[in-house]
Amino acid sequence: MSDQHLQARVASIIALGDDALVLGQRIGEWCGHAPTLELDLSLANLGLDLIGQATLFLNYAGELEGQGRNGDALAFRRDVYDFRNCLLVEQPNGDFGRTIVRQLLFSAYQRLLFESLAKSADSRLAEIAAKAVKEVSYHERLAADWVVRLGDGTEESHNRAKDGLAWNWRFVDELFAVDPAEAELLTAGLMVDRNALRAPWDRIIGTVLSDATLQIPPPVRGVVGGRTGRHSEHLGHMLSEMQFLQRAYPGASW
Amino acid sequence: MYVQEVKTASLGDRPVPVVVEDPARLAAFEARVAADEFVEPKDWMPEAYRKTLIRQISQHAHSEIVGMLPEGNWIGRAPTLRRKAILLAKVQDEAGHGLYLYCAAETLGVSRDQMTQALLAGKAKYSTIFNYPTLTWADMGTIGWLVDGAAIMNQVPLQRTSYGPYARAMVRVCKEESFHQRQGYEAVMVLAAGTPEQKAMAQDALDRWWWPSLMMFGPPDDQSPNSAQSMRWRIKRDTNDELRQKFVDITVPQAEALGLKIPDPDLRWNEEKGGYDFGTPDWDEFFAVVSGEGPMAHERLTARREAWDNGAWVRDAAMAHADKRTARVAA
Repeated sequence: MSDQHLQARVASIIALGDDALVLGQRIGEWCGHAPTLELDLSLANLGLDLIGQATLFLNYAGELEGQGRNGDALAFRRDVYDFRNCLLVEQPNGDFGRTIVRQLLFSAYQRLLFESLAKSADSRLAEIAAKAVKEVSYHERLAADWVVRLGDGTEESHNRAKDGLAWNWRFVDELFAVDPAEAELLTAGLMVDRNALRAPWDRIIGTVLSDATLQIPPPVRGVVGGRTGRHSEHLGHMLSEMQFLQRAYPGASW
Repeated sequence: MYVQEVKTASLGDRPVPVVVEDPARLAAFEARVAADEFVEPKDWMPEAYRKTLIRQISQHAHSEIVGMLPEGNWIGRAPTLRRKAILLAKVQDEAGHGLYLYCAAETLGVSRDQMTQALLAGKAKYSTIFNYPTLTWADMGTIGWLVDGAAIMNQVPLQRTSYGPYARAMVRVCKEESFHQRQGYEAVMVLAAGTPEQKAMAQDALDRWWWPSLMMFGPPDDQSPNSAQSMRWRIKRDTNDELRQKFVDITVPQAEALGLKIPDPDLRWNEEKGGYDFGTPDWDEFFAVVSGEGPMAHERLTARREAWDNGAWVRDAAMAHADKRTARVAA
């Protein structure tokens, strides 16, 4: 395996881990503050699943890289430009409408991605994806149910869901963009062609939004950059919180 | 987590006509309870018993919910992925405890909404311990070790409390609290065996949480006027002071094993009683915190009110949507 090939593999797995980590961190912010006790429990479930996925992906990426970094080293000791998550997951929670729309857009994508990834030639990746796809199917269902409730609820909830959609829609294109560095991985059947997920994703989202009496937003020029380390301003603040202890007490075990 | 029942002007204390119970029924009830039978929701029970239970179970439920906040404060800053997952799972457990305790209280004829409103209005109480701030990561381990440890001490006897739904809820709560206590102790163990800074962090947390943890057992027996009645009704099975002594006796060796010092100059082993003698908690502080003067009391209630108010449109939407669906099915 060439160095370049290995680097591309590691980077693509880190991206999977970073998506889960960053969204898990965001969802964790809701803990104790959700609109109902039942939602507090559900959101904590989502957060736990995502942190679990992040742990599996990042530990694996670290092993493959062979530089002595584990999941914690990757999560807590990289700076913003080394994070490979998509911009959608780092968006601030906003109100519950914006949070749950973000979840729908992302979970539907992640479910399709993991279904394909479960067939990867990389058996370790396939195993993680096969486990995670069950979790993510639940996330998608929960988010879809709530988007329908909000969209087809009251006038206020409809408008808030609509605002949430408008906020997040800019970041959708990036989910399906294929990094040129991944071309070799696709040929080798190690990674998934995200481009191919767009059409089924559009159908899923179209159905949910229709049930929610919401319109698909008009096309916007997609904001991209997360996959190459060009993030929004929000990620740096998240990392300053998340990485505080590891930065303040270097070398300590916890 | 759990607060010893403290008499307050809460739900159960609204002015009600004085109820004169039928002496025969009352005697039969007292006999059943004395024989350690469980009382179930549809059984006859004296009004005072019902009111005391509503107050105690709702205080317990509120404690779980408010208790999510001081620990939730550190989810974003947990130092490893494993610690983050454990902490999130623990806080989630507390939400679960709150949920089934509210359900247990509902069997006594009060709604979750009524209980929530009482909490948000500042009329209902919750455990004083949650009105203290969580300042460092060591507080997460220390809360698990001491606060959940004290909670277990209070709750294990409640698995045999006379009201069936409460007793059964406690069985599950105790299992989870026991896990919380062990993970907390393990987290402190890592700090105590860590760098000098980490050990100092652990000692500082013990210094701050020790006395509030002892206060979790409630006021001394001679200042706990409701205890006798609650003991007779088997709502409570041990006195505050008995439980406090048991907690100290179990916890002191645990601190010694960690190489941490309990912040009590009067602490010493008493061979004769086979337990530790220890200092007196600052009861003035306790009663002040009970009446809402804790350092974080304002923040905790504000956070709960904001969550409730900010979530109103979501709950309204869910109801409106359910109504629309029902209407569509009917049409």
